[in-house]
Amino acid sequence: MIFTIGLRELKSLFLSPLAWSILAVVQLILAYLFLGRIELFQTYQPQLMAMDSGPGVTEIILPDLLGNAAILLLLVVPLLTMRLMAEERRNRTLSLLFSAPLSMTEIILGKFLGILFFLLIVLVLIGLMPLSLLAGASLDLGLLASSFLGLALLLGSFAAVGLFMSTLTQYPTVAAISSFGALLLFWILDWSGQGMGGGNWLAYLSLFNHYKPFLEGVFDSGDAVYHLLLITTFLVLSIHRLDADRMGG
Amino acid sequence: MNDSILVDVKNLSRFYGALQAVKDVSFTIRRGEVLGFLGPNGAGKTTTMQIISGNLAPSAGSVAIAGHDLLEDPRAAKSQIGYLPEQPPLYRDLTVDEYLDYCAALNRLPRTQRNSARDMAKERCGLSDVGRRLIGNLSKGFQQRVGIAQAIIHLPPVVILDEPTVGLDPIQIREIRALIRELGKDHGVILSTHILPEVQATCDHVQIINKGELVLNESIQGLEQHMKSASLTVAFRHPPPLDKLEILTGVKSIQTEKEGRLHIFHEIDRNPTDDILRLAVEKNWGLYEIRPGRLSLEQVFLELTRDSATDTADSITAATPIPPL
Repeated sequence: MIFTIGLRELKSLFLSPLAWSILAVVQLILAYLFLGRIELFQTYQPQLMAMDSGPGVTEIILPDLLGNAAILLLLVVPLLTMRLMAEERRNRTLSLLFSAPLSMTEIILGKFLGILFFLLIVLVLIGLMPLSLLAGASLDLGLLASSFLGLALLLGSFAAVGLFMSTLTQYPTVAAISSFGALLLFWILDWSGQGMGGGNWLAYLSLFNHYKPFLEGVFDSGDAVYHLLLITTFLVLSIHRLDADRMGG
Repeated sequence: MNDSILVDVKNLSRFYGALQAVKDVSFTIRRGEVLGFLGPNGAGKTTTMQIISGNLAPSAGSVAIAGHDLLEDPRAAKSQIGYLPEQPPLYRDLTVDEYLDYCAALNRLPRTQRNSARDMAKERCGLSDVGRRLIGNLSKGFQQRVGIAQAIIHLPPVVILDEPTVGLDPIQIREIRALIRELGKDHGVILSTHILPEVQATCDHVQIINKGELVLNESIQGLEQHMKSASLTVAFRHPPPLDKLEILTGVKSIQTEKEGRLHIFHEIDRNPTDDILRLAVEKNWGLYEIRPGRLSLEQVFLELTRDSATDTADSITAATPIPPL
């Protein structure tokens, strides 16, 4: 049942030009950055070769590419998640889901799954770029895997926050703005507290600090758990919010 | 509990803040019954229907659908309902077929039955020709039909329709009414409307709700009894002075209408028909018309909803009778 809702959500995304244009824009910008990095690598290749244990092509290209991808998607994911519940509420189609034999959990998980499907497509499209280098170079596949795992977890967190914001309102734009704000706040949490005594736990909460290690090829289970906890928290909050819809009025 | 009771609503109440939209409403629906839910705007019709369909939690009271409590076992209860809200829950950028397939899946119809269920719902609602069109491009009447198709696609025992004929042309209204009557044969149907003839045309049972309270809960036959008021309409070629009639036993008051017709209100258990007939023959008044007065449903409705008079009998006798329908 969750799968049914998820699939419907994915198909509905592609019915409007939004999904297509998002894919196109993200791909275009990242391809430009990707090519820029390759050029850089080619320029400095002789120097890098001379070094003893200099960085390889994967290390030059990937952390930068995925770091930029994360920031770009931080802007884009709220646009995808804004409609999830807000539009259903606005068009009064929620009653279709409410009067069907579904639990609130199934509705929320279905919606979340739909967005994950879409983000998976984004991820695959981004992944194809570095993978294309396999044709003429050898890549550090371990770093590649950890980086994309990190990006996947990060996108999951983005989607969960966006979904929750969308359950709060009936205006998609409000949902988009507030999820963008929340995500950005999570991202920059560590900026403020640097150097101060209380800054450590703020820095610990920052999304960015739990993404960066993945890009360096470090898989810390704590980082993965952080993302999974964040996702779970916001999904549970969404379920409660939806349940409160029936109570309030 | 009786098996044939499909919906059992007990002491339902719902508050919106301090406003009590539904006050202690109880009723039941059996299989094969069409229940008409009448009430002025803001009376609590939609709230009641939203509660029964599981879209809104009641503040107090219980709802059981085919024996399943809606709050304790929502999934089992909801699988027994088809609900068309006031505004049909349509995804405008899907085609009719896609939408109905999705609804069938949401209602957990097995994959193998979905196509036949969709075709049947389309046929019953007259949608066979528009299956591949986008819902957003359909006219209001067709959208309404898609809404109804959505509510009956899984053949639920209970169908709840909130103002299903709004925005339809007269021919479509007739078709939808016929459809509702057909549904009423083997489902339990709750129909809310403020179009009164619709109730008389389609329902077996009528409930009038006003300010959150049920003020009438009657079968259509019982309503007919209500509508036979304690009055007579008579017409004479040579009308006698009114005081001759007023002194007859049981007569309470007389009202003159156009074309020499008179309305005679009498006490319920003392019908002066015999006396009038006898006098008319004796005094040669030239009686050419005499018939019991009847109230229209509209008058019953107005009387009941004007003030929440609980003593329906009194308020109805005071109403003006009109010619039979």
